Amino acid sequence: MGSHSSTSEPQLLGDQSYNYDVVRQFSIMTVVWGIVGMGIGVLIACQLVWPVLNDIFQPYTHFGRLRPLHTNAVIFAFGGCALMATSFYVVQRTCQTRLFGGPLVPFVFWGWQTVIVLAAITLPLGLTTTKEYAELEWPIDILITLVWVAYGIVFFGTVVKRKTSHIYVANWFFGGFIITVGILHVVNSAAIPVSLTKSYSAYAGAADAMVQWWYGHNAVGFFLTAGFLGIMYYFVPKQAGRPVYSYQLSIVHFWALISLYIWAGPHHLHYSALPDWAQSLGMVMSLILLAPSWGGMINGIMTLSGAWHKLRTDPTLRFLVVSLSFYGMSTFEGPMMAIKTVNALSHNTDWTIGHVHSGALGWVAMISIGAIYHLVPVLYGRSKMWSVPLINTHFWLATGGTVLYIASMWVNGITQGLMRLAFNQDGSLTYSFIDSIEASYGGYIVRAFGGGLFFLGMLLMAYNIYRTTLSASEEHTILEEKPDTAAPAVA
Amino acid sequence: MSVFWNVWIIGLTTINLILITWVLLANRKVAVRDDEMPENKTTGHVYDGIEEYDNPLPKWWFMMFVLTIIFAVFYLALYPGLGSWKGLLGWTSVNQLENEQSIAFEKHQESYGAFLKTPIEELIDEPRAMKMAQRVFANNCAVCHGSDGSGYLGFPNLTDKDWLYGGSPEKIKETIIHGRQAAMPAWQAVMGETGIANTTEYVLSLSGQEHDVAKAEAGQKLYAQNCIACHGADGKGLQAVGAPNLTDDVWLYGGEAANIRQSLRLGRNGQMPAQAERLREDKIHLLTAYVYSLSLED
Repeated sequence: MGSHSSTSEPQLLGDQSYNYDVVRQFSIMTVVWGIVGMGIGVLIACQLVWPVLNDIFQPYTHFGRLRPLHTNAVIFAFGGCALMATSFYVVQRTCQTRLFGGPLVPFVFWGWQTVIVLAAITLPLGLTTTKEYAELEWPIDILITLVWVAYGIVFFGTVVKRKTSHIYVANWFFGGFIITVGILHVVNSAAIPVSLTKSYSAYAGAADAMVQWWYGHNAVGFFLTAGFLGIMYYFVPKQAGRPVYSYQLSIVHFWALISLYIWAGPHHLHYSALPDWAQSLGMVMSLILLAPSWGGMINGIMTLSGAWHKLRTDPTLRFLVVSLSFYGMSTFEGPMMAIKTVNALSHNTDWTIGHVHSGALGWVAMISIGAIYHLVPVLYGRSKMWSVPLINTHFWLATGGTVLYIASMWVNGITQGLMRLAFNQDGSLTYSFIDSIEASYGGYIVRAFGGGLFFLGMLLMAYNIYRTTLSASEEHTILEEKPDTAAPAVA
Repeated sequence: MSVFWNVWIIGLTTINLILITWVLLANRKVAVRDDEMPENKTTGHVYDGIEEYDNPLPKWWFMMFVLTIIFAVFYLALYPGLGSWKGLLGWTSVNQLENEQSIAFEKHQESYGAFLKTPIEELIDEPRAMKMAQRVFANNCAVCHGSDGSGYLGFPNLTDKDWLYGGSPEKIKETIIHGRQAAMPAWQAVMGETGIANTTEYVLSLSGQEHDVAKAEAGQKLYAQNCIACHGADGKGLQAVGAPNLTDDVWLYGGEAANIRQSLRLGRNGQMPAQAERLREDKIHLLTAYVYSLSLED
């Protein structure tokens, strides 16, 4: 940020000057954990269709234990690895300097993998704090804190020793995400341990719920939005070979987004014991959040103006652009669902699950997949992925899967909401809870099928990456300096 | 709310809204929207080959942002939100709930109240009343007793002829209004594990199940000392305290030896919540008739 004066940037460094090892490690694990996390997702989606699948190996395979494993695996394992891979890559490339931190860098990688493995062991065992998206018990929380601080030191240390005069917008978002998630994690996970595997929250009652959703919503706002906007701001212009649409827009929507998101948590607690003022404030701030959220979508999609034709031939770019469309859709849906009267219908229905997945599959997963398809050839010194048509197949599986998923959950959610609010003439409820579940059965089948398609795409991706790494190595240096991506096109 | 927190909330909210408005307006001004070819203007920064245009904020986006901020200001004036500010409309969620409840009460008083004078024994032959009662049951009772009233482990079956606290309309109504709190004490400390095993065999013998005769004889003494006060010398139970009949084949917590041992070791504290505060008199009347009717069916 700062002045707009023209500055001469130093010569681009060659690939060998950067630490790509850790980027490679995190990129591979992004795909691995993506397959694991989404595979569990498909399993628990099938459990809702065929409840007998709960009994594969009780109690460890019960829905109640696998569901938090699914959310943790896709958010923190898949999403976390994608964020760490891309942020470590982007911060080096845009600061024109090697990663800071020496041994802290492998510590971040191995520490984070340890956290994930511990989660995969403890959650099926039923060890949980019961706080949504923060289920891991206190010893793991401490390890997360250590890894996160190391991550922050590596990232900001690299920014500090940058050779560019300004800090690129992608790094603002990565930086905001790293700082805020650290604070959220430490505050929300504060607990009093009673044993190695059991603790009690430091907060009680409505205050505990408020802290939990202040954390929970900002896990969405900072982990799944700000962080992934960081990915967007590098990989979209890079893959499209076009300048970012508007620097002004970057500034305004960055500051508005990070200052407003932090208020939005109470909309998860509408019509609860939370005081009225907190509910109203959460709703109002969620509504103002619409424009700042869309700022990122506009900046990404408009960056393509003058390069739309590339979508015809470049499925990687398709992933990136379609992810922005889903991002725009779910960040419109979010503020709408935060309105109390809408929330009265949507809360505790499958609409919420549909909304989450239009963000998680459509935005977070798609942009990560696009970024990984961009990264893998660079990291392994290849000119392109082993099979571009296979990327295209993956793209259609992912898009079709996401659409089926969210459409079925919309239908289910609205059906459930309407059924649960239906009254008879005598004032009694027309339907009991189980009636609304029975009516949702068809949607559950479609959802499992859509999720299955998305999962299938991830398997193709893994195979494609595997074949890419096997194919003959090429010159390292020519890859990133392709004229159509490195030189900004002049309109 | 203390003065500190009041100031804190109002201060933070106001400062945040003012700052984002300022960032929005400040960047509006420097936008080069008059330039003939604004797209040709970049900021001059280059990051790894990426440049940035100096395009202005899209007008529709700017307007949308401003509108949401204006909405926020009005909403926070009308509704509670800014600390202890009550809002000009005087709305509270409690008011809204009570309002809707009283409207519903007025509206439905007649349909439910119409049956209040009808004795339970006659009400069960009234199809419309039973239909309404079934819905009240589904919405309030089915979560424990099951949608068909047949119960579950720990939750009594209402469709058989076996009653813990009595199955007359008066007793059923009493149970619904005031709830029930069962209190079978834990005998672990008193009987010891051997005592519990012996007593279990005796209890098994009461209902004619397979049992170890020698152990049951030893258990009979313990039963006589500790259990007859509630379950009676003949084991037929006592409805006044909700002590189950041990001689039949109805088992609230399971009739296997392992279940009985567990009941003896740790006791049982089944709880039926009181509905007096939750449901109106006329609904409880209907519900009583419905539960009564369940046990009359074959």
